[in-house]
Amino acid sequence: MQNQNKSGVSVFLGRLVRSQYFIPLTALLLLAVFNLIADPAFFKITVTTNSAGNRVLAGTPITILDYGSELAILAIGMTLVTAAAKGQDISVGAAVAIAGSFILRMLSGGNANAATLQMPIICAFLLGCIVAMLFGAFNGVLVAFFKIQPMIATLILYTAGRSIAAWFNNNELPIIKDASFSYIGGFIPGIPIPTPFFIMVICVVIITLVLKFTNLRLYAQAVGINENSARLNGLNPAAIKILSFVILGLCVAVVGLIKVSRVSSINYSVIAKDIEMDAILAVALGGNSLSGGKFNMATSIMGAYIIQFLTQTLYKYKVPSEALPAYKAVVVIVLVIMSAPTVREFFSSRMKKVKVKEVA
Amino acid sequence: MSDNILLQMKNIHKRFPGVYALQGVDFKLRAGEIHALMGENGAGKSTLIKVLTGVYTKDEGEISIEGSPVAIHSPQAAQNVGISTVYQEITLCPNLSVAENMFIGRTAGLGQNWKKMNSDAEKILQSLDIPAKATQQLSSCSIAVQQMVAIARAVDMDCKVLILDEPTSSLDESEVAKLFKLMRDLKGRGVGIIFVTHFLDQVYEVCDRITVMRDGQLVGEYVIEDLPRVQLVSKMLGKEFNDMDDISGEYQTYERKADEKPVFEAKGLASESGIKPFDFHIDKGEVNGFTGLLGSGRSECVRAIFGADKVTGGSVKMNGKDVKIRKPLDAMRHGIAYLPEDRKVDGIVGDLSVRDNLILAAQVLKGFLKPFSKAEANKFADEYIKLLSIKTASADTPIKSLSGGNQQKVIVARWLLTHPEYLILDEPTRGIDVGTKTDIQKLVLKLASEGMSVTFISSELDEMLRTCSRLVVMRDLNVVGELTGQDMNQSKVMSTIAGGEKQNAESK
Repeated sequence: MQNQNKSGVSVFLGRLVRSQYFIPLTALLLLAVFNLIADPAFFKITVTTNSAGNRVLAGTPITILDYGSELAILAIGMTLVTAAAKGQDISVGAAVAIAGSFILRMLSGGNANAATLQMPIICAFLLGCIVAMLFGAFNGVLVAFFKIQPMIATLILYTAGRSIAAWFNNNELPIIKDASFSYIGGFIPGIPIPTPFFIMVICVVIITLVLKFTNLRLYAQAVGINENSARLNGLNPAAIKILSFVILGLCVAVVGLIKVSRVSSINYSVIAKDIEMDAILAVALGGNSLSGGKFNMATSIMGAYIIQFLTQTLYKYKVPSEALPAYKAVVVIVLVIMSAPTVREFFSSRMKKVKVKEVA
Repeated sequence: MSDNILLQMKNIHKRFPGVYALQGVDFKLRAGEIHALMGENGAGKSTLIKVLTGVYTKDEGEISIEGSPVAIHSPQAAQNVGISTVYQEITLCPNLSVAENMFIGRTAGLGQNWKKMNSDAEKILQSLDIPAKATQQLSSCSIAVQQMVAIARAVDMDCKVLILDEPTSSLDESEVAKLFKLMRDLKGRGVGIIFVTHFLDQVYEVCDRITVMRDGQLVGEYVIEDLPRVQLVSKMLGKEFNDMDDISGEYQTYERKADEKPVFEAKGLASESGIKPFDFHIDKGEVNGFTGLLGSGRSECVRAIFGADKVTGGSVKMNGKDVKIRKPLDAMRHGIAYLPEDRKVDGIVGDLSVRDNLILAAQVLKGFLKPFSKAEANKFADEYIKLLSIKTASADTPIKSLSGGNQQKVIVARWLLTHPEYLILDEPTRGIDVGTKTDIQKLVLKLASEGMSVTFISSELDEMLRTCSRLVVMRDLNVVGELTGQDMNQSKVMSTIAGGEKQNAESK
């Protein structure tokens, strides 16, 4: 009887280890335990009154929820690009700057100190979406038609993006004075939870519906796994790759809106800096192969929040923001090594040996 | 042609897990001869070449060069004893100059006298009459010239034995002629050349001797004059010339109405793959096939029909109506299904489940915005897993963990699910077990009796004679004949494949 129980547990553990939720859950657990032991106050949530006079929640968990939501939205698009194009887009930070700058240009109407909004926020946002999707399509065309590796193709926009963003506003820094604009990246009066969280929920609902009611998942995976075969089954691999970049463009526009709303202005060289690396890391942390193919959207989104958790933990221990990438690099190394075929083989052979012993 | 033996391989054995790739093969190469190594796919040609070049280590046997035994454990060792290889794909660096390519990896020490290297290279190029400059970037040369540079590099490394592994497959006729001139020059200098190719005409144009292999065994070594083409083909396929095998007539054939137009009809169809324009038609309920040796263009023909390669000319009618097929989706919409030759590269989507692989084509036809519900997909999967008795743990199992035969059944099921009017099966039986082979052949005949048109391609002539009622014969990317009824026997097929001899040349 006891034996049976034991094998049941080992079956469950085996399944867990192989599951895609294993890596993100382990990372989450490690971070949570570390912070609990080091300083339980990390998890303290308080109610404060913010500068606008609203009663809102504050504390590190809320910050993670707030900024992690931006990352989660980008991770949705990055997951699709990774699956279909077998590579990553490193221009999302620059593209966020472009989208944000364009939205500000529309709202300010070219006058950096305009007292009123020159067009409704929703119109500016929709136009921003179109611009970001066009830039996404540009990346997609480079990858799909010119067969340039995604990282290299997106290097172009990575380099030029922030200059393009500055150019939209003649290198001025428009300031939006309308208070309602700041609700998007902050709090809606009367609601104590940061708005980006709700925007993330909307995005997740949309992508869930899209994955349920279209064949995006099947097509993107088929193209990412075997392009030849996908083509012979009537798919157009180029179109699907471009589509994935366009969807990422849409995600970029949403994050651009949140980012410029947070400060009601823009700083071209700092906005969304290095966010592409975090977004890619989120995909990897979600147990998705960075070389494309099968993907799991839910774990990518979990990955995004875990990255933000890590960032926040590092801030808490006074790691200067310039040094953050070095710490994250350690995570990257661990992830990459864990997902390397040789390591996987090693572990699976170990697992087998353990099982054989158990049977014996 | 002298009889001094340059290279001798004796009693070579090589086993791979589950496969006995070489079973006591002997091979002799004389100085100053061009020796063709022939055999169908899987005959052991490439294994033999790889043993000779040190890519594989032999399990048993001896290799000697000019009478003294040598041990070849690595490609480097092969080069040291004077064996050089030029592969089908160019293995040089296109971004370097011709001279750099010729001397790369051969300099001792760190220094390099560039001037001397360039002038040396120029000398070799001139002596071999290769139309390239030493300082020219390799990628600016034509493929044929690149191939020649690879040969020049090999020759300059003091090679005694030069192996050319399908060097002509990406060359056009004038380029092939240039390459042959170079080969004859080298032959004059006493180099022994092993020439691996699928093109019969080329063998008879340039070679002195032929060694034929089949199923990992040596069939024999022949002087070219003593081995007519028909004999060569029959030796390669392993069928006696007059071995008459009756086509079994135990299956019902579909009764065609008199006024029915062909399901599919092509005129002057040509594609990017280099296939010569061909005419083709298939009637309702007919099973026909393309036959010919590997590389004869049989796969290229069906790829052109399906739009898998870019179609460059010709017109297509389906059921008498003009249609345009530019890409696979067009063909699918017109009720054509195509099971590709290379299951791993073009067929399966490895990481996806059996279910996803099975519904893929039907799903694409149905449209991006109309995914099958989970219940529907499961129903299809269960239905076809049962129908074709596919052995899989579940419909969720990734297809790559199935055996080859079962993978193939899933791909067949994928296309049956689209309810095609015209089904093309390119080598559906390659690399799968005998039981599944028979299953697939029976399935083909059953489908045809229900009115589906099927084009069936197989390397095994037996299978084609058993299933097809009409055979289109291909040689060197041309349709060279069509056989029906009485002519559907092995000897007739083989003589048509071989061609070149007037009495058998073209039938009908």
